[in-house]
Amino acid sequence: MTALLPRRGLAQILALIVILAVDRVVSPQFFDLRLQDGRLFGSLIDVLNRGTPVALLSLGMVLVIATRGIDLSVGAVMAISGAIAASLADSHGLPVVLAEALGAGLVCGLWNGFLVAVLGMQPIVATLILMVAGRGIAQLITEGRIVTFTSPDLVWLGNGAILGVPVPVAIALGMLILTGAVVRGSALGLLIEATGGNARASELAGVGTRAMILSVYVWCGVCAALAGVIAAADIMGADANNAGLWLELDAILAVVIGGTSLFGGRFSLVLAVLGALIIQTMNTGILLSGYPPEFNLLVKAVVVLAVLLLQSPKLSGFAGVMARLRRTKP
Amino acid sequence: MKGLPPVVITAIVLVAGFAACAVQFPNIASTRVVGNLLTDNAFLGIVATGMTFVIISGGIDLSVGSVIGFTTVFVALAVERWGVPPLVAFVAILALSAAFGAAMGAVIHVFDLPPFIVTLAGMFLARGASFLLSTESVPITAPVYSTVSDFALRMPGGGRLTAIAIIMLAIVIGGALLLHLTRFGANVYALGGNRATAGLMGVAVGKMTVKIYMLSSLLAGIAGIVFSFYTSAGYSLSAVGVELDSIAAVVIGGTLLTGGQGSVIGTILGVLIQGMIQTYINFDGTLSSWWTKIATGVLLFAFIALQQGLVALARRPAAKHAGAAS
Repeated sequence: MTALLPRRGLAQILALIVILAVDRVVSPQFFDLRLQDGRLFGSLIDVLNRGTPVALLSLGMVLVIATRGIDLSVGAVMAISGAIAASLADSHGLPVVLAEALGAGLVCGLWNGFLVAVLGMQPIVATLILMVAGRGIAQLITEGRIVTFTSPDLVWLGNGAILGVPVPVAIALGMLILTGAVVRGSALGLLIEATGGNARASELAGVGTRAMILSVYVWCGVCAALAGVIAAADIMGADANNAGLWLELDAILAVVIGGTSLFGGRFSLVLAVLGALIIQTMNTGILLSGYPPEFNLLVKAVVVLAVLLLQSPKLSGFAGVMARLRRTKP
Repeated sequence: MKGLPPVVITAIVLVAGFAACAVQFPNIASTRVVGNLLTDNAFLGIVATGMTFVIISGGIDLSVGSVIGFTTVFVALAVERWGVPPLVAFVAILALSAAFGAAMGAVIHVFDLPPFIVTLAGMFLARGASFLLSTESVPITAPVYSTVSDFALRMPGGGRLTAIAIIMLAIVIGGALLLHLTRFGANVYALGGNRATAGLMGVAVGKMTVKIYMLSSLLAGIAGIVFSFYTSAGYSLSAVGVELDSIAAVVIGGTLLTGGQGSVIGTILGVLIQGMIQTYINFDGTLSSWWTKIATGVLLFAFIALQQGLVALARRPAAKHAGAAS
């Protein structure tokens, strides 16, 4: 795991600890855990559970951003897969439901990847198409209604527990380990970073940049679909209008907080997920503190700005100059 | 004459689409429907005009929808709760939104950050601020509002050209003149073509960036005021997702999202195409409103694919010439 957690994660871990400490002050029982009906309960578990959709999205998004891309359609893909899962849940078994919903995410990812890698469109534009049309497609599937279901299998996916751990959290953890094993256990991660660092140079060096770009969008689509199924399972229904609304922005934010540059190149899966947890810890903290949830957006805006300024090439240049000055001084 | 071919195609799509609608529903071809089309899309036309400048300069502004939302809430509260005269409230909110845009432009330029993420922060900030002002819908009952809402120029055939439609048309024409006939407009194209080259040619890149985002936010503020006239209320959740509609309108209007090419006229045609789809769906009655989104998505794809094709075609002869020369 040390390979997955580079030294540069210190700032994010410190930030998380600070926010957790603030939450502890705001709500003294924040760290209380109790076991009930074979499932752990408590604010911490709640943070993990609520943070799952964004964590899953950020797992796919971080790879896309590492190739210098961006995927705006993940919220719409969540709505599509949630709609499919909810409308099939009561008539089909869980494997069929999952296969169909994840398959839809895969197709969406293929479409995005095709536009970016093969047609050479700008990622923002290419994924904007599905972002606009996707919610319409989702509403077509649900016929404009909020589809509810009672299938115990799918409900378990959103509300059950494995060894006391909520199923969504277990799934997110599993996906993190799986993605980490695939991209860091092989040269794949390096090739993705190379594609984002300089696509032309990588192409000349023999990296199949098109295949890299196509596959990260497909993976992003699958992760988004999984997040959509979990979100639908959680509320036992699919709302095509609101499922995953604006979550693409949260996912991008999580990746940026995780220290991955929007200009592509080096990325960290663990830190992206940590970014998602930081966002969720803030959200939960604001809720517990009794402030209206409207403060969320303001706090988020301030956090985005702070992280951006820290990452700014101009400022890091400034820091570099300061460091050099300090070194030359006796 | 930059970007003329895509504009012509957009115009053809609009006219052909309108003709097709008129064949199916003869009532669509009336000044009444056209007047409503202009009124319903007035705020979108205004905000998309600003977005055109930003996108031609190679940037993007995601904050406009939130600025509209903030403006409606601010105006409603100022007029109804704080007892400020409407005109003073308008001036204040326009100054505020212009300053907001200028701040975003300054952050983008000074810290060399991607516009996408800076305006995303702006979007959170403006929406959050409007939630803080009020989370409920505030009706506006000031007499100015009913006067403006009632004002309309009669068109032949019973159509009404409302005040907000006139404001929108004036801003579109003003925007087109500003973009195509002034030094400011030429600089916008230069920035979108190549930032570094524009800087070397003597364009004050920093000042231009600030001004462009200022213009976009200012127009979003005006759109917000128009929106408050349209709904006679201020609501913090109004105009959610308008940034997407306006980006779509700009792209359908033939503006290159990579910057450097485009026109305000194309953008307003793009707005009207979206409005036409909505009108068709309203007339049909059996189609659901979500078809608007799918149709917009399909149009977006068609126009972007077309642009990709045009760009590829434009490159090919150049390569041939280079080959012939050597």
